[in-house]
Amino acid sequence: MYAFEYQNPSTAAAAIGSAKGDARFLAGGQSLVQAMKLRLSQTGTLVDLSGIAELKGISVAGSNVIIGAMTRHSEVARSAEVKQAIPALADLAGGIGDQMVRNQGTLGGSIANADPAACYPAAILGLGATIKASVGQKERAITGDSFFTGLFETTLAPGELITSVEFPVPDCAAYVKFKQPASRFALVGVFVAKFGSTVRVAVTGAKSSVFRATDIEAALSKSFTPEAAAAVKVSANGMNGDMHGSAEYRAAMVSVMAGRAVARALG
Amino acid sequence: MTDMSMSPMNQMGKPILRREDQRFLTGNGQYTDDIHLQRETAGVFLRSPHAHARIKSIKLEAAQKSPGVIAIFTGQDLADAKVNGLPCGWLINNKDGTPMKEPAHPCLAQGKVRHVGDQVALIVAETQWQARDAAELIEVDYEVLTAVVDTAGANSATTLVHDDVPGNLCYDWGHGDKAATEAAFAKAAHVTKLSFVNNRLIPNAMEPRAAIASYTKHDDSYTLHVANQNPHVERLLMCAFVLGLPESKVRVIAPDVGGGFGSKIFLYAEDVALVWASKRVGRPIKWTAERSESFLTDAHGRDHVSTAEMAMDANGKFLALRVSTTANMGAYLSTFASAVPTILYATLLAGQYATPAIYVEVKAVFTNTAPVDAYRGAGRPEATYLVERIVEQCAREMKIDPVEIRRRNFIKTFPYATPVGLTYDVGDYDATLTKVLKLADVAGYPARKAASAKNGKLRGLGYSCYIEACGIAPSNIAGALGARAGLFEAGEVRVHPTGTVTIFTGSHSHGQGHETTFAQVVASKLGIPIENVEIVHGDTGRVLFGMGTYGSRSLAVGGTAIVKAVDKVIAKGKKIAAHLLEAADTDIVFENGEFKVAGTDKKVPFAQVSLTAYVPHNYPLDKLEPGLNENAFYDPANFTFPAGSYVCEVEVDPATGVTEVCAFSAVDDFGNIVNPMIVEGQVHGGIAQGLGQALLESCIYDKETGQLLTGSYMDYAMPRADDLPSFKVDNCVTPCSHNPLGVKGCGEAGAIGAPPALINAITDALGVRDLEMPATRERVWRAAQARA
Amino acid sequence: MTVSVTLTVNGKAASASVDPRMLLVHLLRDQLQLTGTHVGCDTAQCGACTIHLNGRAVKACSMLAVQANGANVTTIEGLTGKGDKMHPMQEAFRDCHGLQCGFCTPGMVMSACQLLADNPKPTEAEIRAGLEGNICRCTGYHNIVKAVQQAAAQA
Ligand SMILES: Cc1cc2nc3c(=O)[nH]c(=O)nc-3n(C[C@H](O)[C@H](O)[C@H](O)COP(=O)(O)OP(=O)(O)OC[C@H]3O[C@@H](n4cnc5c(N)ncnc54)[C@H](O)[C@@H]3O)c2cc1C
Ligand code: FES
Ligand code: FES
Repeated sequence: MYAFEYQNPSTAAAAIGSAKGDARFLAGGQSLVQAMKLRLSQTGTLVDLSGIAELKGISVAGSNVIIGAMTRHSEVARSAEVKQAIPALADLAGGIGDQMVRNQGTLGGSIANADPAACYPAAILGLGATIKASVGQKERAITGDSFFTGLFETTLAPGELITSVEFPVPDCAAYVKFKQPASRFALVGVFVAKFGSTVRVAVTGAKSSVFRATDIEAALSKSFTPEAAAAVKVSANGMNGDMHGSAEYRAAMVSVMAGRAVARALG
Repeated sequence: MTDMSMSPMNQMGKPILRREDQRFLTGNGQYTDDIHLQRETAGVFLRSPHAHARIKSIKLEAAQKSPGVIAIFTGQDLADAKVNGLPCGWLINNKDGTPMKEPAHPCLAQGKVRHVGDQVALIVAETQWQARDAAELIEVDYEVLTAVVDTAGANSATTLVHDDVPGNLCYDWGHGDKAATEAAFAKAAHVTKLSFVNNRLIPNAMEPRAAIASYTKHDDSYTLHVANQNPHVERLLMCAFVLGLPESKVRVIAPDVGGGFGSKIFLYAEDVALVWASKRVGRPIKWTAERSESFLTDAHGRDHVSTAEMAMDANGKFLALRVSTTANMGAYLSTFASAVPTILYATLLAGQYATPAIYVEVKAVFTNTAPVDAYRGAGRPEATYLVERIVEQCAREMKIDPVEIRRRNFIKTFPYATPVGLTYDVGDYDATLTKVLKLADVAGYPARKAASAKNGKLRGLGYSCYIEACGIAPSNIAGALGARAGLFEAGEVRVHPTGTVTIFTGSHSHGQGHETTFAQVVASKLGIPIENVEIVHGDTGRVLFGMGTYGSRSLAVGGTAIVKAVDKVIAKGKKIAAHLLEAADTDIVFENGEFKVAGTDKKVPFAQVSLTAYVPHNYPLDKLEPGLNENAFYDPANFTFPAGSYVCEVEVDPATGVTEVCAFSAVDDFGNIVNPMIVEGQVHGGIAQGLGQALLESCIYDKETGQLLTGSYMDYAMPRADDLPSFKVDNCVTPCSHNPLGVKGCGEAGAIGAPPALINAITDALGVRDLEMPATRERVWRAAQARA
Repeated sequence: MTVSVTLTVNGKAASASVDPRMLLVHLLRDQLQLTGTHVGCDTAQCGACTIHLNGRAVKACSMLAVQANGANVTTIEGLTGKGDKMHPMQEAFRDCHGLQCGFCTPGMVMSACQLLADNPKPTEAEIRAGLEGNICRCTGYHNIVKAVQQAAAQA
């Protein structure tokens, strides 16, 4: 690891104030500490967010579940409110990594990191969530559909801090993760959610960034059944191909997992 | 041998809980990285980022000035100091009688780097961070060369890994009776042919390799703490072949070692460089591999490409087996690399069958990949995979039940001399097979298959009847086959005055539980409580000699050496007791920890005899030396031949290609069993590694660049708890006929027997002829799609 | 530049002055001589370094020592009670032969304790899934699963 300066502010404002130059926020460290350890990432200042109470916690307001950026995966997985309102989200959080990773990793860290095989991004797109972020004095709300811009890339400006995420409560939803056998991230992960007559289907793991499977959405808006999802032949164009699965295989698994997600959503 | 079955102290055959566990469970194990020496420095190796490159220059100035740097060494420094390269411990001769090619294996690269991770420089600094910072400042100018990566293509590649090895060919070896084999093929009713890739694996003992080398000026001696399976062999090779030091000046200590599976048998370049450099810097140097370094530089396993043909008569009787194999040695010859695809492979191709003629050809090739050497099973898994896959395929082609074709061809009378050079002493293959059919409830399989089909799943059943040669090895046979070392084992029994005992063994435990099993043997033989027996291993400064632990040899060879030494203790004890009891030596018997005059009630306990030996006031000093300390070297008369039958049952999801291992049943014959709990544990671990190879694990290099694509647990799929079922394990016993314990060895069985059972099960489920290992989900899915 | 950290380790106060880049696992192993916590990988996947931080299992290789400032840390050494009396989970691992080389064991035991804390009566499948963050190369997991079952039955 390269040397850096360490800060641990106790308010979000102070954290944003500290985030100058090449400074990085440290959340659960499950991605960032790894990268720094392997000398893949270097920073002059590390701003630890773990002492900031206002970034933590889960609440339900109207038809939204609001989760603080520093809320750990295991907290989301075990939260009675989340299990009640959006069981698919609790389920997703409970399937990220392993129990040690879940005790440390955070929602904000996961989506800021924008790993192409991460799970939360599928929920952000699948549920049409809104991301609250601040930089300087400015606070803004970013729509889920516009947040992820590419491989490990988001619309966040340098030094911009995610403070919370608002997830709309769907009629029903489910996330099915088909694990890459070594890393156990998603080789293909599909999040399906139904809001009245609208169906959202988000896919992670399959391309350089999470995306909405519009063909499957269209099929499911007509008939919200596992068969309808599984019958859609997804194009392998633009899909990732590696030793864990060719583009063709990933494409086929998107349909299979979408079908299984619908079955699970229908319970 | 004394009869121990009656003694109340008899611990044989009991599932005694392990004596080593308390320290491991409470965090008090002491692995190499846990040890800190005074004035210790940190060593870091700069490694090649290229698979194949010429080193045009190395600039050290900036790095040398970096804070905390004490010294930096390169291949030139070792060359200047006349430090030799690493030796290979086994000479294989070509078919034409000429010796194999043994290209130089420098401890730090000289002139060229030959695989990603090849060590280029050793940086010694005050701290790890400083050494790493400095490593980044070393400027190496590389001229990148084409990399030779592919096993099958290495021989015809135009690029040479070593300029002095034409065709990248290490050797071209043949074994068996070619003419008899050809003749049998000529009259065959049916020939079954299959091609195989035995996938390359990375051993992944959970403790990464680590070493601390130190030099003591006052007596000009070196100490090396190292995560190693056989410290005496490490010392012998390092002293005799590389550094030219007397063994008396080098002490090698292998403390608690976190698993080996073969990968810690070998003498590695890092160990030598550290020992040599420790004198130069005058301070201890510690190096612990990062896991990514282990991926790049631990000796890998397997990596064979083969074709096999089985000739049969009209009834499915095997007439002859013909095999051709190309084995990848990697960039350099590791310590036992040359023996793995020959001596440990070709000789096992008879399997459990009375195939009358076998001929095998093996080409070993160099490539720009990490060295390949013994990994759990070493050669025997490759042989078993080939035999058990082709036997299954023979059954399918001949429309004979796979159990029946095996029974028809089993060896039934012993001793049996195979056409590939081994003599199996005992065995009962029908017994293990019969027992495993029950254990696996094969009778209930059709109902389970139907239930799977209802759920849209494909169920399959696969068999594997393996044999292995363990207890390596009779030294004279090994020597005749090219071994450059003896393969006996040494043991010492030091009886203390109070009757407690310390056992010094040349075997090494890195998970096998010697501190328990060996103590059970000794306590039983001496009739003393197990608490009175201490086992010492892994230290050349304390143990007289040893060949170490590999090839499932510890109990069969190391344990026997101890038994022989205990017998000497008892023999001497009888003489002392005879004196004390005023009887003739020949009238003394030793039972239940007491020396008795046969047929009388006159007796002395073991502890009184030992005390007398050390306080020899009333003692036959004119005839007998005082003290009670004996050692023995045991060279086995033959290999041992553990064998068994495995059944694997799988359920395949054709929509995804996911294979679930629903059940795995194993019945082994390891001869007598000293501790069934430990033996079962060895079987479980072996099966997990075998299933890992067949289902998940694969070391993959980029075919063009030679970069390791599976260089971390992110990409190399290790079996985890939820990948595996609980196993059903049982055993049969035919005691080994030529060692006093009647034991055969159990450490590798699972890794040998499991892969073909799994692949036979998946190919059965899919109804396909072949499937390459590992049976990844995509491979299985493609096969299922093609079938649908 | 160093930062001072104060924490409670196995019930005792500990403080150290560390470079911010020091990992918690190295603070424990190298400065506090608690070498029971092991390092088996550099990608946070093997679980050999598992400890409890404020009562929750985490990977000590994946956090900085400074992140543990003020925290309550329990390592495998701290699981053992007074007079070397082992914790029921440690006992269960011994009774069931749930360890061979012992390298994965401390992390495995710490992880297994977390598993039972969250799910006191797990099924075999839940135990296997719950231990997915801990790699053991020796045991094939069979006896580890048995050990967790024994500990669960006794609790
Ligand atoms: C073994 C292992 C397995 C895993 N498996 C999975 C899996 O299956 N699925 C999955 O989705 N993930 C998985 N992960 C990743 C895990 O979920 C991480 O926790 C997550 O990706 C990063 O979250 P973190 O809180 O640890 O963030 P950190 O590692 O601390 O930070 C990650 C990045 O986000 C930035 N950041 C953090 N918080 C904020 C914020 N509030 N505002 C702006 N930027 C911020 C940081 O500066 C950094 O660039 C795994 C990780 C490991 C180690
Ligand atoms: S050392 Fe492997 S997960 Fe921490
Ligand atoms: S006991 Fe050796 S790795 Fe688990």
